[in-house]
Amino acid sequence: MTDTLVSFEETLAKFDPALGLEVHVELNTATKMFCGCPTEFGAEPNTQVCPTCLGLPGAMPVVNRKGVESAIRIGLALHCQIAEWCRFARKNYFYPDMPKNFQTSQYDEPIAFDGYMDVELDGETFRVEIERAHMEEDTGKSLHVGGATGRIHGADYSLVDYNRAGIPLIEIVTKPIRGAGEKAPEIAKAYVAQLRDLIVALGVSDARMDQGSIRADVNLSLAPKGQGSTGVLGTRTETKNVNSLRSVERAVRYEMQRHAAILDGGGSILQETRHWHEDTGITTSGREKSDAEDYRYFPEPDLVPVAPSREWVEELRGTLPENPTQKRARLQADWGFSDLEMRDTVGAGALGLVEQTIAAGAAPQAARKWWLGELARRAKEADVELVEYGVTPAQVAAVQTLVDAGSLNDKLARQVFDGLVAGEGTPEEIVAARGLAIVSDDGALSAAVDNAIAANADVADKIRDGKVAAAGALIGAVMKEMRGQADAGRVRELILEKLGQG
Amino acid sequence: MSDLTRRTAAELADALAGGETTSVELTQAHLDRIAAVDGDVHAFLHIDGEGALAQAAAADARRAAGAPASPLDGVPIAVKDVMATAGLPTTCGSRILEGWVPPYDATVVKRLREAGLPILGKTNMDEFAMGSSTEHSAYGATHNPWDLSRIPGGSGGGSAAAVAAYEAPLAIGTDTGGSIRQPGAVTGTVGVKPTYGGVSRYGLVALANSLDQAGPVTRTVLDAALLHEIIGGHDPLDSTSIDAPLPKLVDAAREGASGDLTGVRIGVVTELGGEGYQPGVLARFQESVELMTKAGAEVVEVSCPTFVHALATYYLILPAEASSNLAKFDAMRYGLRVLPEGPDGTVLPSPSAEEVMRATRDAGFGDEVKRRIILGTYALSSGYYDAYYGQAQKVRTLVSRDFEAAFQQADVLISPTAPTTAFKLGEKVDDPLAMYLNDLATIPANLSGVPGISVPNGLADEDGLPSGIQILAPALADDRVYRVGAAVEALHIAAWGGPLLAQAPELEGPAR
Repeated sequence: MTDTLVSFEETLAKFDPALGLEVHVELNTATKMFCGCPTEFGAEPNTQVCPTCLGLPGAMPVVNRKGVESAIRIGLALHCQIAEWCRFARKNYFYPDMPKNFQTSQYDEPIAFDGYMDVELDGETFRVEIERAHMEEDTGKSLHVGGATGRIHGADYSLVDYNRAGIPLIEIVTKPIRGAGEKAPEIAKAYVAQLRDLIVALGVSDARMDQGSIRADVNLSLAPKGQGSTGVLGTRTETKNVNSLRSVERAVRYEMQRHAAILDGGGSILQETRHWHEDTGITTSGREKSDAEDYRYFPEPDLVPVAPSREWVEELRGTLPENPTQKRARLQADWGFSDLEMRDTVGAGALGLVEQTIAAGAAPQAARKWWLGELARRAKEADVELVEYGVTPAQVAAVQTLVDAGSLNDKLARQVFDGLVAGEGTPEEIVAARGLAIVSDDGALSAAVDNAIAANADVADKIRDGKVAAAGALIGAVMKEMRGQADAGRVRELILEKLGQG
Repeated sequence: MSDLTRRTAAELADALAGGETTSVELTQAHLDRIAAVDGDVHAFLHIDGEGALAQAAAADARRAAGAPASPLDGVPIAVKDVMATAGLPTTCGSRILEGWVPPYDATVVKRLREAGLPILGKTNMDEFAMGSSTEHSAYGATHNPWDLSRIPGGSGGGSAAAVAAYEAPLAIGTDTGGSIRQPGAVTGTVGVKPTYGGVSRYGLVALANSLDQAGPVTRTVLDAALLHEIIGGHDPLDSTSIDAPLPKLVDAAREGASGDLTGVRIGVVTELGGEGYQPGVLARFQESVELMTKAGAEVVEVSCPTFVHALATYYLILPAEASSNLAKFDAMRYGLRVLPEGPDGTVLPSPSAEEVMRATRDAGFGDEVKRRIILGTYALSSGYYDAYYGQAQKVRTLVSRDFEAAFQQADVLISPTAPTTAFKLGEKVDDPLAMYLNDLATIPANLSGVPGISVPNGLADEDGLPSGIQILAPALADDRVYRVGAAVEALHIAAWGGPLLAQAPELEGPAR
């Protein structure tokens, strides 16, 4: 099944996109939203469960205060109003990994509403309005065994792990984002990236997209070009569980082009849920989401209303991290980055990584160089986000310490990164195990230099004649013999000494 | 031995304290009684003789060591099958939970165990507590000990019949629209619905969460107070449980037992009487009012006009909540699983989850349950919510306002508990509306959360069957229902020369 697409340029020539993003943030509370079960990731299946999160007959929920606190802090950081009184509601639908066959969520009384986030993209600011942020519980996880697709259709049987059932989620919903035009895909990505940074700064979630602790659903519709930002919205599709920043951008782009092809051909968009395929970069039809879908929401009668006092809300406001815009200005000044360097750092999604690397002891330019150079290249090759590449800021700082001490050069450092990704231990351990340390011992170097002079007599003669620039060729020969582990500066000194130019 | 089963829980507690008997002896006496009569009464769905005797032995050991766990340590009890009991089957009277053994105890059950009450078994009920006759149990109806051809009330007919038939001195019931009080009335026993939130609902398999309340089923008001003090009070596992100390209920019951009602203002609710009420029930109610007046009470008439809408309101809120609660019974994790069959009766190859769910729910739920799931699903549906569920919540607020106004004029409100005495098994089972009318007088208390008690007040002239008087008090004033309830009980017993149950026919069932 292949969708027809029109080019991105043609899409933009004829249509204006409207975006909507629903981001689920899994909180890092010690216990679940409505029971005392632990929330640790990766435990043996069905070991972190109790009557409540298994939905056993008779069991009842109790609200996790820390979950409410995190929800309020997220709401405040997104400039939202915080409800003085709100309730949980039951969202009724069937699914095998949802033990009660309703999800305890919030409906028309969210804890936070009417906020915004200023998204920075290429040095410009784009305001994304936040409709609401509400509290809910996660479902369990189904594992469909047998069949080719890993989906329920065609599977021989399914296994369900309820460890995740009941873990607190905050769902953050934007208002329709209009007027983004060609930048819609990038704004979508930048919004999710900046939201993730904010969540990290708040310390309320592990914020790992690869582990599903941040999940994005992308709503997209197209309207005929030139209706302005107030015209009627087109029919939307909702692409579920887009699990990397790059995929957010790709999914928006894909859906724009797919919608355009259908509309251009005189067809109409089916309002439905779409599945995003990370590997092929396409979406496929999920369940049809017509207006007839009816969750029969009603207030959860087993819970009392949540009524956060204004004193508590103000107390929590005092715990918010620094405003991102101000923080960037401060960091740029501290680090001495040019505007361009700062923009590139932000654009690469490396701001937090560079910040943490500097905090771990590296010089700002060195930190920037590694993350935006070597590591960015590697992440791109591996098709993952920089933050998910597998090298930590502390490790980068440790590598730079070895470089500063003269024990590594940049070329050798790259092999250390290979070792880090392969999980061979700390940078020091990798240097030792792989024998990567630079040789600056004159005994070993002297012999190699002599060999190089002997093998390249013509070059040696030129140097003796004063053409010092030719030394590079001899240095290269020495480095080759020493497998790159020679101290290049010392090699040059030895060559010049031996050839009477010292 | 049979002598022990005739005693009240308070008397048994005294006998244990005085060393006159042991918990093992009196638990065995009740097990013997169950063996003798339950074949006819069918009050129990599950009997746990071994477990009860082990708990009784432990109670005796505590008492021998001089450290009883509670005033009722060693007094056995029966528990409605809607309460989760670790290690004991819990079916809610439904086929769909057949074979389910909960891995945990309801808070009420946990408190009973901690207080040392041996659990004799689990009592019969209308499926998921939907009904007023116990005929909707998937495991067969319970029979009224006063007349085995009649219903014992519902949904907690098993608990009431067990207590009325001397199979247990105490039982736990749950009351969503009258399921403790109405069975109490038609079996000549005492039933209390505490203030909403007064007794933990954790482990009570929810029918309608905003209405459900567990409470005592006993033969005397004092026994109910003793039991209430054990099961009541705040539970951190139930967010809707009241975080305040219980009133002194036993003290209130003892105070009321003097029969003195001087200065107590009693409101007769105009809307809860008259048309639709059996003449014999109304006559007994009138007698109660006269006794109370003679005992010094000031009786006034109060009007609660929105109570006439209570039944309709209840039958929107209850099915709505129930439809959502019952969604979890999907054959995936516990209880019944039925594989779908084709027209030829053979099991379909590789059925989908939906097909298994459909076949299981079709076979596992009874008609009344299906009826309410459909009603509730409809009432919550988009486009109908405001007209039905939303509107019902508004009426609910008005019912509460009527109560508030009435309690300005009276300390307690009274009415007949049920409009009729026990009807014949099968008489109304196919007429849901006639069945629903049984709860006309009891429903308003659930809608607004106020506490209520039903106390036996005599036998109707037409059929010689028991009727009850309902006494309602403001929320949190549960002590008031005990005080006035004990007074009414004392006044009637003095008039009759003994408890009403003494007039019940003997059950001469063979041991089975």
